[in-house]
Amino acid sequence: MGFTATKDKGGVMVIQVDGQLIVGNRQELKQLVQEAVDHGEKKFLVDFAKAGYIDSSGLGALVSISKKVREQGGELRLAGLNEDLRSLFELTKLDTLFAISDSAEKALIAF
Amino acid sequence: MTSPLRLVVRRTSDVDLPVEVSTRIPSVLDAVHESVEVLARHAFAGLPTSPECERLRNRLKTLLCEALANAIVYGHREDPAKFVAVRIEVETTLVRVHVTDEGPGFDPSAVRPPLDPADLEQETGRGLLMIQRLADDVSFNPQGNSICMTLRRP
Repeated sequence: MGFTATKDKGGVMVIQVDGQLIVGNRQELKQLVQEAVDHGEKKFLVDFAKAGYIDSSGLGALVSISKKVREQGGELRLAGLNEDLRSLFELTKLDTLFAISDSAEKALIAF
Repeated sequence: MTSPLRLVVRRTSDVDLPVEVSTRIPSVLDAVHESVEVLARHAFAGLPTSPECERLRNRLKTLLCEALANAIVYGHREDPAKFVAVRIEVETTLVRVHVTDEGPGFDPSAVRPPLDPADLEQETGRGLLMIQRLADDVSFNPQGNSICMTLRRP
């Protein structure tokens, strides 16, 4: 479980969520994004293609990092949500707050 | 985790699945993930690896995360001396998950999730809404310190 961050050739920080984004590891994600923002990174993609589940604390962490990125004039996109995960974003209306793409490839084109 | 989780697993001899898995979890948020994984592994040990069962597993894990985090943060104010009791009953058609804390309880009907456009940037308050969506049935005891979440098995 955890997060893998790589920088793509277009300068986007791609963060892969491996397993879950929940109350127990959300601080790790927040810290990772904060450090990248401090280093001047502006474009972020969080890819959920390998994620199993997200809880409400995980959603809260995404809200928090999206605010941070936006305050620095950056952009954060989400991708790879399966049907169950996507339905949680719709339920909480967070699908209106985030730019969500079907896949990481499509999200990278949209930056 | 500082101490290993002690589980009580009750089985009958003629089925693969346990009948009941129960434990007590210390009120430490860092302990939630491991507790959830261990509980789900034992409760669903005999379940096949079909996509439907994988979805059920993930729903169970999400529900456990939500209920445990609520109990620890709101019920116990993260006091590690207090314990959350979890009991999972596995039946042929459904799974029942009981999560009980030592706190004073709360009124679930008074919880308003942040759904207005102006409130969407709030970081908390979505847990109960998610529980109500992910479980097939949700009930509380009158005191409001014990939740029962029911999942229908595929």
